[in-house]
Amino acid sequence: MSKINVRMTVNGTEVEKSAEPRTLLIHFLREELNLTGPHIGCDTSHCGACTVDLNGKSVKSCTIFVGQADGAEITTIEGISGADGTLHALQVAFKDNHALQCGFCTPGMITRGYRLLQENPNPTDDEIRHGISGNLCRCTGYQNIVKAIRIAAEQLNTAEEAAE
Amino acid sequence: MNDQTIPPAAERAAALQGLGSSRKRVEDARFTQGKGNYVDDIKLPGMLFGDFARSSHGHARIKSINKEAALAVPGVIAVLTAEDLKPLNLHYMPTLAGDVQAVLADEKVLFQNQEIAFVVAEDRYAAADGVELIEVEYEELPALVDPFKAMDDDAPLLREDIKDKMDGAHGPRKHYNHIFYWEEGDKEGTDKALAESDVVVEELITYPRCHPSPIETCGCVASMDKINGKLTIWGTFQAPHAVRTVASLITNIAEHNIRIVSPDIGGGFGNKVGVYPGYICAAVASIVTGVPVKWIEDKIENLTATAFARDYHMTGKIGATKDGKITALSCNVLADHGAFDACADPTQFPAGFFSICTGSYDIPVAHCGVDGVYTNKAPGGVAYRCSFRVTEAAYMIERMIDILARKMDMDPAELRMKNFIKKEQFPYTSALGWEYDSGDYHTAMEKAMETVGYKALRAEQVENRAAFARGETRALMGVGVAFFTEIVGAGPVKNCDILGLGMFDSCEIRIHPTGSAIARVGTISQGQGHATTFPQILASEIGLPAEDITVEEGDTDTAPYGLGTYGSRTTPVAGAAAAMAGRKIRAKAQMIAAYLLEVHDGDLEWDVDRFQVKGNPEKFKTMKELAFAAYSQAIPGIEPGLEAVSYYDPPNMTYPFGAYICVVDVDVDTGVVDVRRFYALDDCGTRINPMIIEGQVHGGLTEALAIAMGQEISYDAMGNVKGGSLMDYYLPTAVETPVWETDHTVTPSPHHPIGAKGVGESPNVGGVPAFSNAVNDAFAHLGLTHTQMPHDHWRVWQTAQRLGVTG
Repeated sequence: MSKINVRMTVNGTEVEKSAEPRTLLIHFLREELNLTGPHIGCDTSHCGACTVDLNGKSVKSCTIFVGQADGAEITTIEGISGADGTLHALQVAFKDNHALQCGFCTPGMITRGYRLLQENPNPTDDEIRHGISGNLCRCTGYQNIVKAIRIAAEQLNTAEEAAE
Repeated sequence: MNDQTIPPAAERAAALQGLGSSRKRVEDARFTQGKGNYVDDIKLPGMLFGDFARSSHGHARIKSINKEAALAVPGVIAVLTAEDLKPLNLHYMPTLAGDVQAVLADEKVLFQNQEIAFVVAEDRYAAADGVELIEVEYEELPALVDPFKAMDDDAPLLREDIKDKMDGAHGPRKHYNHIFYWEEGDKEGTDKALAESDVVVEELITYPRCHPSPIETCGCVASMDKINGKLTIWGTFQAPHAVRTVASLITNIAEHNIRIVSPDIGGGFGNKVGVYPGYICAAVASIVTGVPVKWIEDKIENLTATAFARDYHMTGKIGATKDGKITALSCNVLADHGAFDACADPTQFPAGFFSICTGSYDIPVAHCGVDGVYTNKAPGGVAYRCSFRVTEAAYMIERMIDILARKMDMDPAELRMKNFIKKEQFPYTSALGWEYDSGDYHTAMEKAMETVGYKALRAEQVENRAAFARGETRALMGVGVAFFTEIVGAGPVKNCDILGLGMFDSCEIRIHPTGSAIARVGTISQGQGHATTFPQILASEIGLPAEDITVEEGDTDTAPYGLGTYGSRTTPVAGAAAAMAGRKIRAKAQMIAAYLLEVHDGDLEWDVDRFQVKGNPEKFKTMKELAFAAYSQAIPGIEPGLEAVSYYDPPNMTYPFGAYICVVDVDVDTGVVDVRRFYALDDCGTRINPMIIEGQVHGGLTEALAIAMGQEISYDAMGNVKGGSLMDYYLPTAVETPVWETDHTVTPSPHHPIGAKGVGESPNVGGVPAFSNAVNDAFAHLGLTHTQMPHDHWRVWQTAQRLGVTG
């Protein structure tokens, strides 16, 4: 099958590769770029395990073709922490509040939380629940995930106030 | 001599982060950074990808399979069918239940999405292209979907391969679609007691077919190294050692030449206990091609072909005296096992531990019988986050108790309290033969009722019903009470085995010279946090900090033999093995300490992290010091090194219990059930890590919510699966999931080394009846006796309409 050329910035690094046009973004990320943090759960865009941040939006990367991401700015779970390896407040809060068990939904969940807190830096619990409703978790019952996102929001806001 | 001040014992114990510590999980660093290593993350040089062509029919004869077009697809390397597997005698594989299952359909398909051909290609896209081009010509046959018609005289014959084999794995078969009949208890005595009872209620309680559906599906990577003759399979295996033994038996590859590795597993809940055709096909493909072959099922394949759960149709009958003392229980079950009996149960228990169905009650006489039948549905019958068939049993008895309470116009909590096994009756032998190790049911129930304000809730419900009657509200309030007793921790080798393998478990510990350690266990975490909690057990036993103990599991080349993780067996069995191995370490350390301190070993006592001379605590050796001595000193009569292994055969099961109360508001016009409040009190004995216990309860309750309120894998009359994707199959999001309230009492298991009982599955077992009782309770005053799960909006609305209360 003929291939197309795609260029995109992934976790701050520019990449250029050729791929079959039908390649789904999740397969491109996992198999071509070896970014195996985003996972495949359902193939039907229900579970959100494949969530990445694309041009400032949460996107289920099993739902778009790689060509649709041409020229895009993408952040995956691998790019959420600081360049020096400092964990993002969400990563810390997930660890501290037992917001994960098997870990399979976690990369998508944190990546979604990362965008959610930029869309709404002070979410109520109800807003968090609606905000992550595109991401399924079978282990935690969400309670500690909601708590972790709330605590991360508080920490990010405190850090921001301190910086001002 | 040690001259610094010795910190107090409590301070030293806290520093170890042993039993009872809400230690943060060591697994989370990699998972939160996307550095987990799940099976689909494995990428080996030259690796191929396999995908299945599956049956479009529920029941049909295969007239022909044409591979030509598929083989012509660029990138497709090979296509396997039953004909290719026959020379290897691998077209059928043994199931865990003593049946056989077609690896690739042999002449007939028996359920929709059954595996027909395995296409092996350079990547998953080419494999999918090949699958599309496999041409199968079918002759459709009448499908058998209703289990109640399975044993009709004119029922379609499903299993032609065993039609003349009327002696099944569990005794004689009564019909060509019959699998087994299994019973327990005193039938005659039960019938008599029921006939003499003042009150008798009877009800068909259906627990629909559902699916564990972890977010990660099943899959594997098989790699045959032709140079050294070793087959390695990485896969989503909840029981890697059992997989190795089975693989060896069916392939004739010597067991030491098979290595099974369970990497990180993205949730199991029973789905990953079984052995599936994909594993066999990937292994055969790797042997044939000489390169690694990966197989990963997609979610639709997962929901429709691997490991359904439940599908129990239970007719309960319960009798009582006029003042509410239960006299007898009988339960007859029709179990729909699908096309092959691939139930995951210990060999001697074809209906699992269903005979725990007398629940938490002192019932003098009981009988249960289970008929298993074949239908044109997917095989499985796994324990979806529960011990073998325990959740079915708990659902049946907890619904029946509520139905009895309605009939007698008694409060369901009061009826339970009246019939509980009393604290002083433990150890208690049930009418169906189980020896309950310990319990304190009244205390748990009273605490639950007091915490939720049970009396006030019932008073509020009276007001709600009056307001509803006056037309002031369209919502009916329901209060669901459930009290469950589980039977977990399978199990004693004397009666528990899987394919002949005793259900013991194991732990091996090596203490390093500088006082840190590695422990290996025969289990495998799928999210339970073993790498965090096993070190806590060991920290309390051997006095080294939990953070200095690494846990490894899941690699059969390095881990000691064990039967894996399911049925809440890890803590009761492998957890006990860890404690016992720790005690062996301590015993040897005591001998070393005696030598070093120049006293008799009997003059030493253990104190948190050290041996000290009795009456002279200034004179001691810490475990860290003793570890170094074990590797550095020549001690007469003692071998160098500090290692231990324990294979633990539990003397009994453990019996966790709990009291759950659920409050719902049902909108009669939409059928929407709003869970206003859910309180869960669990007693799992000694608590190893309260944070992890609470997390397990949250997760299990959410699964219970899913089952009670929406999950069902149903089939139409042709055998087509009606809800085989996440479009239809209900997995709750954060929006539908309520806030859970958790609580506990502690009644340690008397026979477990640390008193722990296991907790992971309790919330699923107790949660389902609590939800279902709440929904039924909302309509009880309108004359409803029982309405079947799942209580989705449509069904609840139908119930309301039937009762004449819709707008």
